[in-house]
Amino acid sequence: MATKTAKNTKSKSSDKEKTSFSKDTYLKWYESMLLMRRFEEKCGQLYIQQKFGGFCHLYIGQEALLAGMVSAMAKDDRVITAYRDHAHPIALGTDPKYVMAELYGKTTGTSKGKGGSMHMFDKERNLFGGHGIVGGQIPLGAGIAFADKYRGEKHVTYCFMGDGAVRQGSLHETFNMAMVWKLPVVFVIENNNYAMGTSVKRTSNVHDLSKIGLSYEMPSKGVNGMKCEDVHEAFAEAAEHCRSGKGPYLLEMRTYRYKGHSMSDPAKYRTKEEVENYKQQDPITLTRETIEKNKWMDEEAFKEMDKKIKKQVEECVKFAEESPDPKPEELYEDVYYQDDYPYVKA
Amino acid sequence: MRSVSLHGMLCAECIIYYFCAHIFQAMRVIQFREAICEAMSEEMRRDDRIFLMGEEVAEYNGAYKASKGMLDEFGPERVIDTPIAELGFSGIAVGAAMNGLRPIVEYMTWNFAVLASDQIINHAAKMLQMSGGKYGAPVVFRGPNGQAGQLSATHSQAFESFYAHVPGLKVMTPSNPYDAKGMLKAAIRDDDPVLFMESEKMYGDKGEVPEGEYIIPIGVADVPRKGSDVTIVSFGKVMKAVHEAAEELAKEGIEAEVIDLRTIRPMDIDTIIKSVKKTHRLVVVEESWPVASVASEISHRVQLHAFDYLDAPVRRVMQADTPLPFAVPLIDEAIPNAARIVKAAKEVSYLVK
Repeated sequence: MATKTAKNTKSKSSDKEKTSFSKDTYLKWYESMLLMRRFEEKCGQLYIQQKFGGFCHLYIGQEALLAGMVSAMAKDDRVITAYRDHAHPIALGTDPKYVMAELYGKTTGTSKGKGGSMHMFDKERNLFGGHGIVGGQIPLGAGIAFADKYRGEKHVTYCFMGDGAVRQGSLHETFNMAMVWKLPVVFVIENNNYAMGTSVKRTSNVHDLSKIGLSYEMPSKGVNGMKCEDVHEAFAEAAEHCRSGKGPYLLEMRTYRYKGHSMSDPAKYRTKEEVENYKQQDPITLTRETIEKNKWMDEEAFKEMDKKIKKQVEECVKFAEESPDPKPEELYEDVYYQDDYPYVKA
Repeated sequence: MRSVSLHGMLCAECIIYYFCAHIFQAMRVIQFREAICEAMSEEMRRDDRIFLMGEEVAEYNGAYKASKGMLDEFGPERVIDTPIAELGFSGIAVGAAMNGLRPIVEYMTWNFAVLASDQIINHAAKMLQMSGGKYGAPVVFRGPNGQAGQLSATHSQAFESFYAHVPGLKVMTPSNPYDAKGMLKAAIRDDDPVLFMESEKMYGDKGEVPEGEYIIPIGVADVPRKGSDVTIVSFGKVMKAVHEAAEELAKEGIEAEVIDLRTIRPMDIDTIIKSVKKTHRLVVVEESWPVASVASEISHRVQLHAFDYLDAPVRRVMQADTPLPFAVPLIDEAIPNAARIVKAAKEVSYLVK
């Protein structure tokens, strides 16, 4: 996770792809993204088979954002996001079987089956959710950073949001206070061009979302969110800015989701050509190409990794399906800290 | 009132101190706003995770001076002026609470907190459950609530029933300086989100508040007046009208038992049921609208648990079922007063029709 170990000064021979990142970093990116991809593909299949209910927002296409963040972030940095959140815990190292169990509403899930698809948390990895109200997590992210600054701790909070959340009042109130109080928070717009079915162009006069913080004089950057290298470098720069006490930073990550907004969305608001164009820039394919060009893994090794990950995902499903449902009495647990809260039972 | 600990020592100095402290405690009278300020300050001295944020809380010393002197004592890191952005700063407080702090958020009025209700209802109230017990939101949201004279419709609403509807929240409304201090300290120490509702019309009220520490637990009602003829339940600043009405009734030989609910959620229904079983008559007084009110909830639970003990239908004295207008005669027509409470008490006693 540490920034310094990611750079590699050795690989400069002419037949290899020029890169400033190490073999180890690329392999981690590739494996992490492949796990996110296969996990989400499986979620899509299971959802269609009605193995679990609720909403199901897939992360497919956006994986580089998390791979690049994880390689750039420091230990104990904080993460909070919106409802497209299955991949965030997986990238941070949560065993994906607990994420799958949460999707199934099982007691072994990350929130004991009480949060579901939109509410993934992992306290050990400082993942503060998974939040379902568009824009609701933006002030929460600033608040997490507020607490770290209050205690004099040097952690950085990465607060993710979709391009739709940029239109919420909570963003503007939070940007203002985060700048006034110089909070160590990186606001990360996962700009996949569509808020459900409504394109950025139809809801704003400003299409370059990296400019959205300028009226608060918040430093910002637009980033190619399909390239792990660019994402890592942007996160590293933004985090350093925050950690040095200069206040918040805005990253507009330009990315794309291949699937619809949710499983019930056939995505008729966009063309096949547009989707295909982005698939040409697929972050997993790009990363694999670099690994291949540098001969860091051979075909056999790629097959092995793919097999291993598929098996892991199958084990997640098995774990989730075999896990117990919550017991009826668990309905009254985790609502209040107070153990003997006198619930009104009609 | 609270007694002073002697730490097991029985020397002459201790006895003198104990005696003097009691005399002093009994005599000390402070304003409601000072009681609020003392509760916050004492808790902030005890626990450095606690901080106060809100509009005008620091340099202005509080819109109603409930944080007077706190900036000087605790500094700008712990007493924080915010911009006018209720949604944003409430969310920052909830996030800070998730990450280990214990914020107190002051709203200039609960009417403005409507803008923050997404963070209170969708986030603070749900956090512990949605995270499967991993993250809570120990925030105290406090400020004045209800009508305060000619402030017109948007500034004259009471929100106890509104928020008491929501599982995950606790809702408290003190009626006097003594309760305000003890209840607020309980709220600040509680690990769940607590909404604490005061009144512009109570901040200047004076009452006996002892020096030193005492806590009034959440969920425990007070019975400030014992009686056997009719039970009157209320909370908040309209308790003043209730006490006035009880005096009037006593002059006519009707002994009212007065219950100050203090906490709306969770509600001390047992104290109400016990009283109703004794008096067989109940009047609920609430300075808010009748539909889906706290009084509605009390009425339901009393008929459920004490149906056979009731000698008359439960009566309510409520604010009129309209937004509160500006003109004084219309306000007088709309809000509960002692005369209406007396009338309702007589009605449940079949003394008037």
